[in-house]
Amino acid sequence: MEIEAKMEKRVQGSLLRSNIFRPIFTSFLSSQEGGIIFALIIMCLTIAFINPAFVSKYNLTTLILGFSFISIVAFGETIVLISGEIDLSIGAIAGLSGIGSAWLMVNSGLSPVLAIVAGLAMGAACGFVNGFLITKIRLNSFIVTLGTMEAFSGLIMVITKGWAIVRIPESIFFLGRGQVLGVPIPVVIMTAILIYLSFTLKSTVFGQRVYLLGGSEIAARVVGINVEKMKIIIFTLSGILSASAGILMVARLTSGQPTVGQYWLLPSIAAAVIGGTSLTGGRGRLIGTLAGAAILGVLQNAIAILGISPYWERTIIGTVVVLAVTVDVIRQRTGYLKMIERMIKKQ
Amino acid sequence: MQDKDAMVLMKTENIVKKFGGITALNKVNFPVYKDEIVGLVGDNGAGKSTLIKILSGVYLPEEGEIFFKGKKISFKNPRQAREIGIETVYQDLALAPNMDVSMNMFAGREFVSFDLKILKVLDKRKMVQEATHTLKDVLGITISSDAMGLPVLNLSGGQQQAVAIGRAIYSQPKLLIMDEPIAAISVKERGKVLGLMKKLKERGISIIFISHNLDEIFSVVDRIVVLNRGCLVRDVKRQDTCLEEVVTVMLGGESRNN
Repeated sequence: MEIEAKMEKRVQGSLLRSNIFRPIFTSFLSSQEGGIIFALIIMCLTIAFINPAFVSKYNLTTLILGFSFISIVAFGETIVLISGEIDLSIGAIAGLSGIGSAWLMVNSGLSPVLAIVAGLAMGAACGFVNGFLITKIRLNSFIVTLGTMEAFSGLIMVITKGWAIVRIPESIFFLGRGQVLGVPIPVVIMTAILIYLSFTLKSTVFGQRVYLLGGSEIAARVVGINVEKMKIIIFTLSGILSASAGILMVARLTSGQPTVGQYWLLPSIAAAVIGGTSLTGGRGRLIGTLAGAAILGVLQNAIAILGISPYWERTIIGTVVVLAVTVDVIRQRTGYLKMIERMIKKQ
Repeated sequence: MQDKDAMVLMKTENIVKKFGGITALNKVNFPVYKDEIVGLVGDNGAGKSTLIKILSGVYLPEEGEIFFKGKKISFKNPRQAREIGIETVYQDLALAPNMDVSMNMFAGREFVSFDLKILKVLDKRKMVQEATHTLKDVLGITISSDAMGLPVLNLSGGQQQAVAIGRAIYSQPKLLIMDEPIAAISVKERGKVLGLMKKLKERGISIIFISHNLDEIFSVVDRIVVLNRGCLVRDVKRQDTCLEEVVTVMLGGESRNN
């Protein structure tokens, strides 16, 4: 017994001192994702302490389901931001693709599966148009996507004339309302996208080139990377992700509401920025964006559950976004990362 | 004369490049021979940068032709120039500050561990190994394995310089263009870079060396080419000229010897 205890102590000691554990600990604390996840946990604990109903299965499921749509859109926005551009049309693309696919299901006699594929293709086409205008006509992505945002939103009105599209085939409801082992399907899809795209960004040629492009477009050009092609792919990808979220939302609401995606733009940029994505490009991770989206979701949920007047919601969320950006800027300016490294080396 | 033609690695014929109404290069005939270091000098605005940007595939000339190893070539982008065997170390290095050493060195021709067409997985380990090896064995610069994983903005000026040079020489080019490669680094490191240039020449790499510092030019080059207002005004072997003459020609005056 005694020997075992001694051994365990030794193992623990060596773990703390070991060179494997320390960098993980250091990088967790000093990475923005680490800080954000830490803040998220503290927030959840505090809210749960004040009102235990927060941790009920029902509330948590609703909460996570709620921010999984935004997360999917925000993943696309994050990749665009890392590459040094911005996409303001994501909410409009989500709405247009969702509505378009609902319209096809109801009016064209297309099978639901084909209508969904057509919706995704619509999202891809919208993203492609953005990428094409930005690279071939050399326009600024902010202006291009500001324009296409209006244009795509306008098309939603042309299709719906402001009315919801109803009598959607029930066979697609499971996409928005079904569960796998108790986990809502949109959450499963969001997680699958997260894992696939995180791997792509971190470990593939394409992913690392996205960071390189955001860090220095000149560097990407002089080594012969086809910058135009990359940007078109990135915006198309963003369009497909937006379309997926829009279609899932239609399935969730069991009707094509013309307002789908209307309020997704700011939260998706906010989620990315809170999660540590740089607005000037070259830095960001999808796990951080997920944590950012979770923080926004928890804040909204807390406002409801703690009985705060819902009129405060937008003010509180806006304040959190500004705070997150401020912390990030201070962190970069003061070399906060190096400070923590030094602290840990001293131990 | 035929011997001299056989020794030509690359030459431009009547290259013209205009920006709006300004003629940046006017019928420039610029040869580079095998196994030599040629210094390209000229005052600001003389056309040095424009000329090397044409040779590295960044700009397209309006008129004129480029021959490489006797064959007429033209490239639309830097990738094509690199494929032919022309590499460039840019004045501002053109590194991505947020990426680590290996990604900066191998971007555009990354090592892939397995290739599923849409999913090309990087062979990070091999990239780091090759980067460390190139820096240490070829350039004599050691970067600790911790620093290898950091964004290059954390490295010293000399180390960043080494990364940019490493990127250019890894593929063993035939022609290396160095645009002000030592402007931003310490005196001690300058000596290293100049020494390296001589070593590369011995390995059969021709170098075009652009610098404002004529002492440095004179210390390594075999030949000096002077540009003035877009025209090639002097092409002379180092031993046949002197600093004063080059300065005079650079500034647009006639030299006393003529």
